Amino acid sequence: MSTTLKFTALLLALSLCRGLRHDYIDNYIDNYIDEVTEEEAELVAQPSKYGSLWPLPQKVQLSEVSFKLTSSSFRIVDAKDSTAGPSCSLLQDHNNNILPSFNNPDVAHAMFVSTDELSVNQPYAVLKAPKVWGALHGLETFSQLVYEDEYGAKSINSTTISDFPRFAHRGILLDSSRHFLPIKVILANLETMAMNKINVFHWHIVDDQSFPYLSRTFPQLSQQGAYHPYTHVYTPADVKMVIEFARLRGIRVIPEFDTPGHTQSWGKGQPDLLTPCYSGSKPSGTFGPVNPILNTTYDFMSQFFKEISAVFPDAYVHLGGDEVDFTCWKSNPDIQKFMDQQGFGQDYSKLESFYIQKLLDIVTTTEKGYTIWQEVFDNGVKLKPDTLIHVWKGNQQQYQNEMANVTSSGYRTLLSTPWYLNRISYGQDWQGHYKADPQDFKGTEAQKKLVIGGEACLWGEYVDATNLTPRLWPRASAVAERLWSAKDVTDINDAFSRLSVHRCRMVDRGIPAEPLFSSYCPHEYKGI
Amino acid sequence: MEVMYMVRSGRYTRLNVYLLILSVLQLNLHTVEGVWPLPQAFTSSTERYPLNPQAFYFGYGRQSAAQQGCSVLDSAFRRYFSLIFPDYTDVGVDALSNLLPVCVLDNLSVSAGQASLKAETVWGALRGLETFSQLVYQNDFGSYFINKTEIEDFPRFQFRGILLDTSRHYLPVQAILKTLDAMAYSKFNVFHWHIVDDPSFPYQSSSFPDLSSKGAFHPMTHIYTQSDVRRVISHARLWGIRVLPEFDSPGHTTSWGKGQPGLLTPCYNGGTPSGTFGPVNPALPSTYQFMARLFKEVSSVFPDSYIHLGGDEVDFSCWKSNPDVRAFMQKMGFGSDFTKLEAFYMENIVNITSALNKTSIVWQDVFDYHERIPKDTVLHIWKGIPAKYQEELSRITKAGMRVLLAAPWYINHISYGQDWRNYYTVQPQNFSGTEEQKKLVIGGEVCMWGEYVDATNLSPRLWPRASAAAERLWSDEKQTSNVDKAFPRLQDFRCKLLRRGIQAEPLYVGHCKHEYQGV
Repeated sequence: MSTTLKFTALLLALSLCRGLRHDYIDNYIDNYIDEVTEEEAELVAQPSKYGSLWPLPQKVQLSEVSFKLTSSSFRIVDAKDSTAGPSCSLLQDHNNNILPSFNNPDVAHAMFVSTDELSVNQPYAVLKAPKVWGALHGLETFSQLVYEDEYGAKSINSTTISDFPRFAHRGILLDSSRHFLPIKVILANLETMAMNKINVFHWHIVDDQSFPYLSRTFPQLSQQGAYHPYTHVYTPADVKMVIEFARLRGIRVIPEFDTPGHTQSWGKGQPDLLTPCYSGSKPSGTFGPVNPILNTTYDFMSQFFKEISAVFPDAYVHLGGDEVDFTCWKSNPDIQKFMDQQGFGQDYSKLESFYIQKLLDIVTTTEKGYTIWQEVFDNGVKLKPDTLIHVWKGNQQQYQNEMANVTSSGYRTLLSTPWYLNRISYGQDWQGHYKADPQDFKGTEAQKKLVIGGEACLWGEYVDATNLTPRLWPRASAVAERLWSAKDVTDINDAFSRLSVHRCRMVDRGIPAEPLFSSYCPHEYKGI
Repeated sequence: MEVMYMVRSGRYTRLNVYLLILSVLQLNLHTVEGVWPLPQAFTSSTERYPLNPQAFYFGYGRQSAAQQGCSVLDSAFRRYFSLIFPDYTDVGVDALSNLLPVCVLDNLSVSAGQASLKAETVWGALRGLETFSQLVYQNDFGSYFINKTEIEDFPRFQFRGILLDTSRHYLPVQAILKTLDAMAYSKFNVFHWHIVDDPSFPYQSSSFPDLSSKGAFHPMTHIYTQSDVRRVISHARLWGIRVLPEFDSPGHTTSWGKGQPGLLTPCYNGGTPSGTFGPVNPALPSTYQFMARLFKEVSSVFPDSYIHLGGDEVDFSCWKSNPDVRAFMQKMGFGSDFTKLEAFYMENIVNITSALNKTSIVWQDVFDYHERIPKDTVLHIWKGIPAKYQEELSRITKAGMRVLLAAPWYINHISYGQDWRNYYTVQPQNFSGTEEQKKLVIGGEVCMWGEYVDATNLSPRLWPRASAAAERLWSDEKQTSNVDKAFPRLQDFRCKLLRRGIQAEPLYVGHCKHEYQGV
């Protein structure tokens, strides 16, 4: 018997879409559904009772009752009392100026797929969210509830979901300096991040090896510092495209311009920016970190970060500050003289602090918040209270101590140490990534709350467009679930089952996500 | 400027290829990164000649035994034209003949106005064309050049293989064909097709269609039809690559049991069958009838004169549990030595394939249990880390058996950093033994087992790591002993692979002029 199912998405996101608060955005998805009783084909030996949902929602109730979906009659519409309405560009995939939000409640959402007692003959699904960002995540969840039988017919089971992320910051770092990453690869991975409810793209855009960011203010930086001045650069239009593509998927783009170390490529297009290293009493011809004793350095940084803060709309910028090698500073007589004048003695971390503090003052004037790698905190640099400290060093014991120290000092923190996905090994290393928990450290409840999330890092020494995507997925998906789902979602067998199907879904959507173990997908990767 | 490339060919006669370059001599400012794998003798000068794709053509030498109509070379000319001039559109391949790739020896010289290539067989000419294609480079404005060069070349080992595993994950035919292309670029000449195993049986047998209809991951979408197999073999042949199929038994056969009831040993739990199955049942005559029919088919489908019979990792616990197997042991007088049962089984299988005029390759395990395998059987060394495999090489060659080395090249085992260096520094003949023993090492094989590999990650995981082994198997060891010297040449080669559309991953930081444009 064929009945009509009305799918309704109800969204509460007015403040973003219409600038009004406490209104409702409703979406309706109309379609015709046949009630089916037969079971669908199983993909894995022991399927999860949660099907292929990834990351696992906070609350899920699935029933055996299933409905058929037909593409000809399936519709997504705004509910009458929704505040978003047909003009909400995000849900309609158009352009506007709202940015992904930072707060967990903003991305909460609830969903309801059922034959409601009010419309027994019209099955529908309802999606409610306070902000459009939550609606985006809800749509992803909805898409994961739909499954296909052997003949390609799509069904969905009666389901109730209430969901919100455990952590607000769920990021992935890509490194476009060690190897240039064509825009196409970045966009495909933003798409995949959305499938995994990752909401931050940390763009480690420049480093020692190359400077692909084309700066309007200082075009020489990429002209001289990129691998190639035309084919291996990100133009302003490219950057804009990445940001907008990300925004439409609820992803923030946080650029990192790492200084004073990791800046070899900057020196090529900006003479005198880097410290000349000395061999004995003569300049050796090589250069070290940014030269912290020249006024021109800070003039440059002011202009440069003024541009960056305008180009990247996110409220945060990542300032790096990691791995500063002092040997070049030590060799330079002008620096030594400056150290004496400042009374730093032989403590070069004081010089580093001097530089970072001036840099932070500069960035503060651009009204951006900042994230810095943990060394800046470790070295005792004065930081604004809303600074984010990015923990990346050490073994498990060490990073847990660091998390405890950072949070006991009242700073918010972000964990990456256990999620350096560029480090590969044989076998199912996703399980290790899955087990790490950013709140596992000794500290008070208040301290735990200062952990705003984590980031999977894919550093670029051995990664470029040829291997990035299969190396990142589904390994980063393990991190995505840890950062989204409830703390007690730790059943590795259940995770294996869901993740196997989730990876096949990514493959089916054109993403070459690598396999977890011997198995198959109904639709293998075709993009060879 | 006119360019001509001439070939003479014949199965056992000398073969010449000429390339005529009539042009003004120019001083070369380009550093030639060279050829991968490194030729045996190579001299090049700074004299360079421009190549004009519109005036360039290949031709057969007048005295060449091969002439227009030799399908292998005719199609190779078309392929290499597009490889040499990548800005021109690709030309497809076709045509077939009955020759199979066997041996190579080539000599290539490029000088003012002409290049000539002499080879004893068409397969040697193919390798020479690959070398020639790697000598051509482009300047910043896209013009093509080649330097004055003299090359004499031949492979150090006859058997330079890559194993792909299509059982743990199904590899679409397209992924296999692409791998064959890349193999030719590194001068590999054997595709070891580990086509079936425990997890799935994708080979669609015409004699036993149930094997794949019940044993494949999916009976329609995850199989290799007869026409798929033919396509792989003919594609490989045109690239000078032999296809060596492996039908591994008696272990690694779980998937066989689904479509062939009675083939596998029923395992017992106490006095009753447990419902699970072990290796092939060696106690039943029906087993050998089945195998004889299957291998008869396989022998005709795969034309190579070698066949891989597996024979590794047989777990005896199920055999031990089965009362019928134990009764058979008693009858045969094997006592409780199950290695004797395995030996009995393998001997029967080897006899079946010998009768079909195939030479057998088996995993080294078989040697450990058996003295009566035919002398021409090749033992495939896969066990142990350095010291151990050298011992194995020594022990097995001492018995006069030919060996094939795979142990140091299990390339599916990934780790962080430049592990290609380990593959490069392997010394296949560095074990204690006589010169005669050393000669019994016929080559080596890079194995890409499929537990964690499918079409999504195969190419970047294979290339250029396998290329490191390729140079070890082709080039002179003394000339290629320095891994740091190999690094820039391999980096350059990796960019060439990218330019040819092969998804080869980076060795370290850096860039290629033409980056990979896929996802």
